[in-house]
Amino acid sequence: MSGGILRYTLAERVVHWSAAITYCYVLATGLAFYSPHLYWIAVLLGGAPTSRFWHPIVALAFLATLAWMLKAWTGDMRITAADRRWGRAMNRYIANDDEDLPPSDRFNLGQKYFFWVMVWGGVGLLVSGIILWFPEAIPWNLRFLRYAAVLIHVACALITIGAFIIHVYMGTAMVRGGFTSIIRGEVSPAWAKMHHRLWYERTASK
Amino acid sequence: MANLRIQKISGHAGPPPGLGTQRQEQVAKLIDTTTCIGCKACEVACMEWNDLPFRETVFDNTYQTMPDMAWNYWTLIRFNEHARDDAPFQWLMRKDGCMHCADPGCLAACPADGAIVQYQNGIVDFQQDNCIGCQYCVTGCPFNVPKFNPHTKRVFKCTLCSDRVSQGLEPACIKACPTGCLHFGTKDDMKALGESRARQLRDHSSFANAGVYDPPGVGGTGVMYVLHDITNTEAYGGLPANPRVPWSVRLWKGPLKWLGNIAMIGGLIGVTLHYLRYGPKQVKDGSSGGSA
Repeated sequence: MSGGILRYTLAERVVHWSAAITYCYVLATGLAFYSPHLYWIAVLLGGAPTSRFWHPIVALAFLATLAWMLKAWTGDMRITAADRRWGRAMNRYIANDDEDLPPSDRFNLGQKYFFWVMVWGGVGLLVSGIILWFPEAIPWNLRFLRYAAVLIHVACALITIGAFIIHVYMGTAMVRGGFTSIIRGEVSPAWAKMHHRLWYERTASK
Repeated sequence: MANLRIQKISGHAGPPPGLGTQRQEQVAKLIDTTTCIGCKACEVACMEWNDLPFRETVFDNTYQTMPDMAWNYWTLIRFNEHARDDAPFQWLMRKDGCMHCADPGCLAACPADGAIVQYQNGIVDFQQDNCIGCQYCVTGCPFNVPKFNPHTKRVFKCTLCSDRVSQGLEPACIKACPTGCLHFGTKDDMKALGESRARQLRDHSSFANAGVYDPPGVGGTGVMYVLHDITNTEAYGGLPANPRVPWSVRLWKGPLKWLGNIAMIGGLIGVTLHYLRYGPKQVKDGSSGGSA
């Protein structure tokens, strides 16, 4: 790893992959309960009652990783004026026309959007999920909370799924080097300069 | 039950197996609250026939056996003291339990294949073997009927004695009722019987608002009530005036599902098209990007 720049610490990588595994389990079991056409997923995962038992518990583990990331990355995820400049040029970024894009810090605006979608989606899923977990604890005259919870839970889930699809696509297929960085933690100086110049300059000057 | 045909099934892709292969009469239970004496024979018969284990009750200064139904207590007479302006104090006794809706909210909400079925005769039955314990039925039911057993993680409610009905017998509660306030038969017959009783009450007693409770918001019910006052259903221990499957359950199981399916498939197609059109983002100066 000579010449590499440390982009993600070991702790960050471990937590990221813990989040990935727990999210994928909750996603798969959730989809099984979402549609009769996907119910077979629960069968593959040990049966629907088992899936239902573990879904909320694994979800809590996912939310714990999310809380860790929130604590570790809140500073890096704050949206700045530089991000807004980058955001105005996002169409060029999407079209891989990366010459002269406004520079980003450790995370670009798209990554920050993904992060906050997962955080707020996670909050919505947690609150609605607890109601769905213990519906009989909600008094009958507050039953509108149950009705709201089913909608909030599925809406938040769908929003995080949309973000997750884009995240996985960009992390594996689109942005070459990104996948390696979240596995081994390091990126090349050229990669850092191209994708996260402000972060690169900050790190290099240290 | 072998000779009960299924017409609606929860969490199932495609139509119920065997749909429309046999015609069966709609059955119904008619509960005449005006002749109920609150003896609780129906409660006991229900426990006995269904072999439900004994549970401790909570005494809250009423004759009611316990505050609410339970996973092993499927029918409960609700005792309500009702003060009327124009007449003496009235004691309302309503045998509560599953209403066997024609349009069951529990079944609409259930994600487990075959955990809730509606037979062609109208009985809505929980199949605990297929139940996954998610309790969505608790949210879907407008009558607050399904009850969760936290130990077995299964939900239970009145079966309308589907096992007895399939053998041509009436439900156990009907058999036990000493005043004949519980009736069982075809839905049409029970509706007619209820209407004639309500007419009798209106014409020959002071109950000018007597009527039959068969709420259209859930497509009518397989359990109907004759009430002294159809305009004041809430007085009978929280019987909703116009029950409906919650609109959020409808939205969740209908449009939102299709919207979500389209969005998820669209997302997958979208990223694939993006890759085909634009390809990967390479680091420009010849290095292959990541340091590995």
